[in-house]
Amino acid sequence: MEIFEMTAATLSGKIRDKEVSVTEAVDSILGRINEKDKEYNCYITVCEDKARADAKQIQDKISSGELTGPLAGVPVAIKDNMCTEGILTSCASRILSNFVPVYSSDAVLRLQAAGAIVIGKTNMDEFAMGSTTETSWYGPTKNPADATRVPGGSSGGSAAAVAAHECICALGSDTGGSIRQPASYCGVVGMKPTYGTVSRYGLIAYGSSLDQIGPITKDVTDCANLLEVISGHDPKDSTSLKRDDLDFSSALTQDVKGLKIGIPRTYFGEGLDEDVKEKVLSAAKELEKAGAVLEEFDLDLVDYAIPAYYTIASAEASSNLERFDGVKYGFRAEEFKGLHDMYKKTRSLGFGSEVKRRIMLGSFVLSSGYYDAYYLKALKVKALIKKAFDEAFAKYDMILAPAAPTTAPVLGESLSDPIKMYLGDIYTISVNLAGLPGISVPCGSDSKNLPVGMQLIGDCYSEKKLIRAAYTYEQMMK
Amino acid sequence: MREYETVIGLEVHVELATKTKIFCSCSTAFGAAPNMHTCPVCTGMPGSLPVLNKQVLEYAIAVGLATNCDITRYGKFDRKNYFYPDNPQNYQISQLYLPICRNGKVEISDDEGNKKFVGIHEIHMEEDAGKLNHDDWDDASLVDYNRSGVPLIEIVSEPDMRSATEVINYLEKLRMLIQYLGASDCKLQEGSMRADVNLSVREKGSDTFGTRTEMKNLNSFTAISHAIEGERERQIDILESGGQVVQETRRWDDVKGESYAMRSKEDAQDYRYFPDPDLVPVVVSEEMIDEIKAKEPEFRDAKMERYRSEFGIPDYDIEIITSAKHMADLFEETVKLGADPKKVSNWLMGETMRLLKEKGQDAQDVKLSPVHLAKLVSMTEERQLNNINAKKVFEAMFEEGVSPLEYATEHDLITVQDTGALTAAVEAAIAACPKAVEDYHAGKEKAIGAIVGQVMKAMKGQADPGEVNRLIKERL
Repeated sequence: MEIFEMTAATLSGKIRDKEVSVTEAVDSILGRINEKDKEYNCYITVCEDKARADAKQIQDKISSGELTGPLAGVPVAIKDNMCTEGILTSCASRILSNFVPVYSSDAVLRLQAAGAIVIGKTNMDEFAMGSTTETSWYGPTKNPADATRVPGGSSGGSAAAVAAHECICALGSDTGGSIRQPASYCGVVGMKPTYGTVSRYGLIAYGSSLDQIGPITKDVTDCANLLEVISGHDPKDSTSLKRDDLDFSSALTQDVKGLKIGIPRTYFGEGLDEDVKEKVLSAAKELEKAGAVLEEFDLDLVDYAIPAYYTIASAEASSNLERFDGVKYGFRAEEFKGLHDMYKKTRSLGFGSEVKRRIMLGSFVLSSGYYDAYYLKALKVKALIKKAFDEAFAKYDMILAPAAPTTAPVLGESLSDPIKMYLGDIYTISVNLAGLPGISVPCGSDSKNLPVGMQLIGDCYSEKKLIRAAYTYEQMMK
Repeated sequence: MREYETVIGLEVHVELATKTKIFCSCSTAFGAAPNMHTCPVCTGMPGSLPVLNKQVLEYAIAVGLATNCDITRYGKFDRKNYFYPDNPQNYQISQLYLPICRNGKVEISDDEGNKKFVGIHEIHMEEDAGKLNHDDWDDASLVDYNRSGVPLIEIVSEPDMRSATEVINYLEKLRMLIQYLGASDCKLQEGSMRADVNLSVREKGSDTFGTRTEMKNLNSFTAISHAIEGERERQIDILESGGQVVQETRRWDDVKGESYAMRSKEDAQDYRYFPDPDLVPVVVSEEMIDEIKAKEPEFRDAKMERYRSEFGIPDYDIEIITSAKHMADLFEETVKLGADPKKVSNWLMGETMRLLKEKGQDAQDVKLSPVHLAKLVSMTEERQLNNINAKKVFEAMFEEGVSPLEYATEHDLITVQDTGALTAAVEAAIAACPKAVEDYHAGKEKAIGAIVGQVMKAMKGQADPGEVNRLIKERL
């Protein structure tokens, strides 16, 4: 087995046992990137020199016994919307195409403290707005399962890099499905934790009340380990939670006996690809075989989730993205007459069309006279959706659903029809609106041999249950 | 001409006296080199997040309680969106929908000295913006974010004031309450207290409001008075000539004594306020309110009342001493050390005020130590210092914070108690001034001054002039 093919758990074990050196691990990944990334375009920045230098330091700490964890010496890819000190952090946007942060995000600092090596910054939809990683200023990422297709988005670069073995594991961010959907399209594991579990400090905001950082990995074990490392209360993030149940790796056990799994009929109806439906339901049957109890039920308000999401996320984004104005950092238009013209030209040239569409949508729903009708109403819908989930979790331990209605579409297909692209978020978006955890686990392929993902959704703080069920399924399918 | 009534409401911004900014731990200190007190949060770096400084909330609640407001138990921060380079995020974090305090009132005196209430509509917390400095040489504007994120409260009154006097009384009242709480130094000149005046006029007896204007850039009580008079006249002139007042924001130019329109209601921006998703709701518990109440100081009105009964000093003295909590504290601590209240008061009213004026300082800046002041009082009582020397010592204490005894000793200012030396000097002076002696005997009482001067000179000022006078007269 090549080093780049290993999981983080395997690789870190071999490094601890001195079978593999950290430098060898880094070289293996860099070699793989060199070989594959021209085709897939997973990375915006590859930190070749820094990764090699870090490898030596980390090796010393491992050799001295200072670092022993499952990520020590493991090359990890970071989505390019998380600040990394001294490394370009572009959000895949022209407007930040020269932005080198002076500080690192909390999640990255925690990774580094655990001995992980930042191997590079991955491609994404511009400012995480998109479901295909095609809106990037740096060009689209391609799906390693079929390079004529998109990897999903917005964390498409991270998911594709994991799938193509261009990193051992990666961080993504999920505002409306941006970890789970690309994980599903690329055939890897992706998890969005409960809102507030991972600090957002240093994550360049899209929709602040919905954004969460999470792991994208080759298997459930790495997912639990990686999540355990990046979670924790951060006093720099007011929305960060204080939890004492962050030992996610303790949930890596095969035990779903008596687990009650709800299957929402509304998630398996119109619009769902037949192949996807069949694969997800047969995965459910496997869990049933292992002792879980399946039950169909009706989850309310599913149709309202997408409009509510695009109202809230766009409103927050319209304000979050105001700071990109050419004054302090980032791209500035070269020719302008006065301040107002500088703002206008910088932002017109600096943002891509999907970002501009959402800024305009968000500005509209917040404007005086429309605030109550759109933004406030969307917040009410959000609260009702949370209530519908609360009712479901009174009956079930978790909800099982597809991660996306289809497998990966062909490149270029989605951009021409944004509404259709938005509708593709139907199974993931409610989870963000309700602040819940969700995991996407590979569950086979469709007739075109494209990966399908099963999504497990839990109540707040129930990551361990999700990990346990996902792990059980994964082990059964080995 | 018809008779008009002026209707005024104020929006007062107060910079809070916290050591760190409202949403990050940068220093709020004034006067540092540009952008020295900044971090990713207060410069709007991507990915940075605000965390509320709890002291800001406590000060805001304290001011709310002092102005009889209802304290909001579940509040929020909102974003006010507008583009300007001094505002690094291009939105200001403020409070629109659920401000921390509402529905208060403070008692003031009207023009006739009668008591009346001015309603407080609300008090909200917000962050200050940075500062733009225009560089004419390069024709560029440079931005300094040191002030960005300095905490402010905005106190919005009801339109309850009817004259410039009432406005000044209201501001003075707020200033005293806030200063006594230690929540701000409230200096108009330095901008730690800023007032915008909303003014309209209406025919006397009318119960509907006229169209109002908002006046900005008022940096002193005098400017506020002038601006109110000026705007009242401007609006009346418009109405008398059959015109209509336009709702607009105007900027006062105190040098020219006139205002000009900045922007009208038509170009009012849509700030697209919405709750800031980066901050959690502001939840205020009963315990927190109780704790803040328990820390409430004795406010000025109560203090003045107590001084009248406790110290027996004139009302005029009380007025001046209590005009800054710092002065009142200094007074009380000095008296507590045994000094005579009236004598302490004299030093505070006389020399202290004179030196403050001379140096352009504020009463809050006085750095006198009560121990030193008490010692000075006792030294004068014991005739160790004559008046002239006592003033010299006081000035040194005021400027350098020196101990009066040490300073007076070092500079040979202590009155010589050795009667032998003094008698010798008196006798020598009488012998040296036959003309003065002659004049004195001829009935010119004042001629004795020359002899006294001679003695004081010989004693290098270290004599008690009264005693010198007595000794000379004894011998003539």
